Amino acid sequence: MMPDLLNEYLMIKAKDSIDSNSDWELLLRQARSAGVLSRLAFFWKKFRLFNPPQHFSYHLESAETYWLSQKRIVNWELYNLSQVFKLLNIRLILLKGTAYSASGLNAGMGRVFSDIDILVPKYQLKTVKDALKWHGWLPESMDNYDRRYYERWMHELPPLRHIKRGTSLDIHHNILPQTCNLYPDAELLLKAAVKITDTDYWVLAPEDMVLHSASHLFWGGEFENGLRDLSDIDLLLREFSGNDPGFWDNLHNRAEMLGLGKPLFYALRYATKILGTPIPDSAIEASTIYAGRGKNRVMDYLFLQALKPHHRSCADSLTGFARWLLFLRSHWLKMPLHILVPHLIRKAWFRLADNTKKT
Amino acid sequence: MGVRRFFRKQVLFAFDQFIPFKPLPYAQAFPFFEWGLNWCISGYSHRFLIVHAAVVERNGKALILPGAPGSGKSTLCAALINNGWRLLSDELTLVDRATGYVVPVPRPVSLKNESISVVADTFPFCQFSPVVHDTLKGSVCLMKPPTDSVSKADQTALPCLVVFPKYQAESSLSLSAVAKAEAFMRLADLSFNYSVLGTQGFETMVGLVNSCQAYDFIYDGDFNQASDLFVQLLDDVR
Repeated sequence: MMPDLLNEYLMIKAKDSIDSNSDWELLLRQARSAGVLSRLAFFWKKFRLFNPPQHFSYHLESAETYWLSQKRIVNWELYNLSQVFKLLNIRLILLKGTAYSASGLNAGMGRVFSDIDILVPKYQLKTVKDALKWHGWLPESMDNYDRRYYERWMHELPPLRHIKRGTSLDIHHNILPQTCNLYPDAELLLKAAVKITDTDYWVLAPEDMVLHSASHLFWGGEFENGLRDLSDIDLLLREFSGNDPGFWDNLHNRAEMLGLGKPLFYALRYATKILGTPIPDSAIEASTIYAGRGKNRVMDYLFLQALKPHHRSCADSLTGFARWLLFLRSHWLKMPLHILVPHLIRKAWFRLADNTKKT
Repeated sequence: MGVRRFFRKQVLFAFDQFIPFKPLPYAQAFPFFEWGLNWCISGYSHRFLIVHAAVVERNGKALILPGAPGSGKSTLCAALINNGWRLLSDELTLVDRATGYVVPVPRPVSLKNESISVVADTFPFCQFSPVVHDTLKGSVCLMKPPTDSVSKADQTALPCLVVFPKYQAESSLSLSAVAKAEAFMRLADLSFNYSVLGTQGFETMVGLVNSCQAYDFIYDGDFNQASDLFVQLLDDVR
């Protein structure tokens, strides 16, 4: 058994072919559960990193076909959204997978995602929400507590769903919650946004895109798609640093300015450790000023566990526990105790009450 | 699953570590397994244009039998494969996007409600699973696929004939041509992944309807008559 089979295949380098069918099957299962099968299709077809046997390539092509169909749906939604935003005279700024895909970045190729994520200035949230209502985007049903919680503490509105087409839209006004120990100035992100050539869409500046991805992964607490998100970071870093020799310095300065040095430190550290991202020593060195005091060995253990492919062939007896600890950590980072404790008590109470009702 | 292991035993369908459906009573395990396998194919095998239709073969030519539940497509399919036709599938017509040929998935034929006794009485020498009652689709019984069809699972067939069957008691046999555009729309409507395939789905469907004659077919349950008619129609193709 080769538990790191998928990690090996997510590295941008040519591979020796696997010669056992059971290992191809294992790779297929790991890639599917980690949500990167269509990304492997792209590594095969565009980067020519490996030569799959026919029975494996069928699955890659099928995943690619499905990804393309999702991309068509998203493009149509983006077009519709852009019409609304044009009327409002507000920039349509895309985030995460939606942004990678619309800008034609390598990180967008074969990248599947379920929601469309956009960034709107906080003072315009209501305008946007009200306008979208007339175009069929309505908030999903949610109790008043959760709704108030979103509005007061989160960095996004409760998700909207299109009443006819069923697609889901997340409107953010920042990239981390208002209660988080790191809360960048959204003004800076909005000001630096760049327009995608020949479209009506905007995306975050390259450095901000990486910092967002890093904050999302290392402050988020959910690792079901962790390895895929790390692979996003790997691809973004490779592409941006290849386009712009000043990228690493800009990235460092930008992290400093936005107060996102620590997530950047983790991103660079684990992208190198897990996926072998080629990062200059100077850039790694620069980020170490954000490293925690002496607890890197603990964090290494936890993150290396959590970022394994989400498949049982990769998990040992402590993987689940490590993920749980990181989940707790994310709550700790994102909410001060006077908000966190009442919130958890309420959630626990209602879960209990709900279970009692069922039995 | 805890206490369920002993009390009102249930069965779970898992696709690797993903569990797409709620568990069902243990008695439904076999049909549940068949539905689950169909779900795996229709959700993950986009190298095919997949149409919800039975499909059988004779002399290398495929006859596609699409039909809404209750139209008698599975019954007709069960009868045909006991009458010299080869079973490609009773549920999923897989059209290879690259070649336009139908790729077989010879698995048990799923018979529902009234058709169970009709088929079991007409072909008593076939093997049948126990009848499972009270499923989502009523009573279900699975018929073992012919050994010959299973051993020829790797032999594809050229689609030549599309027949939309409709069982009507005490009717006289009727056959009427369906225009290609109409057949296209009906098949697209019955496809599991037509929209996933986009332009390629359209092109594969064009190829499919162009290589086929399409008919509406009303019959009263006379299987031999139906089979003879289909043989004749296939002979007329090319």
